[in-house]
Amino acid sequence: MNPSNPPLEIHDMTVAYHKRPVLYGIDLVVPGGKLVGVVGPNGAGKTTLIKACLGLLPLSSGWVKYFGQAYRESKSRVGYVPQRESVDWDFPVNVSDVVLMGRYGKTSLFMRPTREDRAIARECLDKVKMLPYADRQISNLSGGQQQRVFLARALAQESDVYFMDEPFSGVDAATETAIIELLHELRDQGKTIIVVHHDLPTAKEYFDMLLLLNMRVVAFGDTEEVFTSELLQRTYGGRLTILSEVVDVVKQQEER
Amino acid sequence: MKGSIASLDLSAFLLQPWQDDPAGYGWIVLMAFLVTLSCGLIGNYLVLRRMSLVGDAISHSVLPGIAVAFLVSHSRDPWIMSIGAIAAGVLTTFLIENIHGRSRIKQDAAIGITFTTLFAIGVIIITVFAGKVDLDQECVLYGEITFIPFFDYVSLFGRPIAPQPVFVMALVTLITAGLIMLFYKVLLVSSFDSGLAGSLGFNQRMVHYGMMCVLSVVVVSAFESVGAILVIAMLILPGVTAYLITYRFPIMLVLTVVHALLSAFIGLHLGIWLECSMAGSIVVAGSLLFVLAWIFSPSQGLLRRVLYRFRWRENAETQAGGSPA
Repeated sequence: MNPSNPPLEIHDMTVAYHKRPVLYGIDLVVPGGKLVGVVGPNGAGKTTLIKACLGLLPLSSGWVKYFGQAYRESKSRVGYVPQRESVDWDFPVNVSDVVLMGRYGKTSLFMRPTREDRAIARECLDKVKMLPYADRQISNLSGGQQQRVFLARALAQESDVYFMDEPFSGVDAATETAIIELLHELRDQGKTIIVVHHDLPTAKEYFDMLLLLNMRVVAFGDTEEVFTSELLQRTYGGRLTILSEVVDVVKQQEER
Repeated sequence: MKGSIASLDLSAFLLQPWQDDPAGYGWIVLMAFLVTLSCGLIGNYLVLRRMSLVGDAISHSVLPGIAVAFLVSHSRDPWIMSIGAIAAGVLTTFLIENIHGRSRIKQDAAIGITFTTLFAIGVIIITVFAGKVDLDQECVLYGEITFIPFFDYVSLFGRPIAPQPVFVMALVTLITAGLIMLFYKVLLVSSFDSGLAGSLGFNQRMVHYGMMCVLSVVVVSAFESVGAILVIAMLILPGVTAYLITYRFPIMLVLTVVHALLSAFIGLHLGIWLECSMAGSIVVAGSLLFVLAWIFSPSQGLLRRVLYRFRWRENAETQAGGSPA
């Protein structure tokens, strides 16, 4: 494998729902070892971008490559944390069952999880401080705990590239801190993490790079370079409430 | 003695049948158990994937499939019926997905349109070709397990082992259980989190269509015993009853077996007592078990909820009374 191949490369990606394009001509090269935030208004196509990268939605045009290979060949190197609300938390499984699902891509379809899989699952639960809850039914978890379980499952995937869809939504402050610490740790191990994020003030703090998205790529680059009032206004368009929030944040930044 | 209910003489209804005709009743109970079990196993997934209505749809829309299969082959061979059922099941799934996916019509409406139309076509085929199609509408709709011919034995190595219908149903149950064991991981992750399943490379559409094929075969095999309407109950009842008792999916599968066994037994005796349709009494027995689980489930039953609230209030009162503010 060519080491110069970037972890994630998107070329001319267009995605449409019912013939109406949601994402146009996305061109992106994400370097390794970066924590990337994806920011944009509702309906900007943030979740769509992730799903299209993971082969969950068909592309109208363009391609996605991981380390120079198509998703089909590299799926064991790519991990995914869907939105917490996308699953039924009344489902009859417990915490370790969910984390073990992260190992499903590693072994044969028909094999039962091995002892090693279970050991890794426990390790990952420990990393998110959820080991004492291993046998807990998932409907008895708080929002923050559910998110930690999802994160542990992603860790169990042992991937090089991660996509996370709003991992900070509806979690308590302690979980938010724990997650961001974990993401920094992963980044320091050289992994690439792409996170859809809703909150602008913290976006500036948390991420190395930002992708400003509104159906097209408005800007992509290091956070300091991209987090400007001009680019954010272009991303959020005429949405005044968000706009004033943006102006405040940028002002704070300039005052510092 | 129709039109009245016989008095409840336990020995007559519980012991007499087994003394008079143990083999006959044995096959009926076994058949009822196999039907309920195979339906219940696949039904677990319908319940968890919120597809209970799809079970309803498939159970009706296999009718034109088996009618056409019969017209073409002039045979009621289970294999040919299964092929007809699978074809109809795949067509139903395809139509539902396309009506839903390629228009503004929502999924429940798409299901409603598809299965009623296909069922109507089935009814037309049966009535138009009434002379040629040896399918009784009454039987297709309601079924009757006691009318199943249990005298035609299947032989293996020259030894008769089981009546042909029981043998076929056992085979269908084994195939269903085997497929569930084989694809356990795929089915679990795709039912819980379709996004993750897709990103792991499990083809969601394939899983869905595969499940619909198995469902079609199960439903058509259950037809003779319970009919197209009551089979819906068999698909849903074991799953929801188990779901109320346990929080673990493997245990849910085991409880499905228990539920199937109990409803077959209780249903048989209820049917003998009331001299009524055995299919009906098995379903009522299954529903009874559901109600029991609903009320008495140790983890989430109504009774527990009431007790919990009562105890909580009592605690609150003693605390309020015990500590004068």
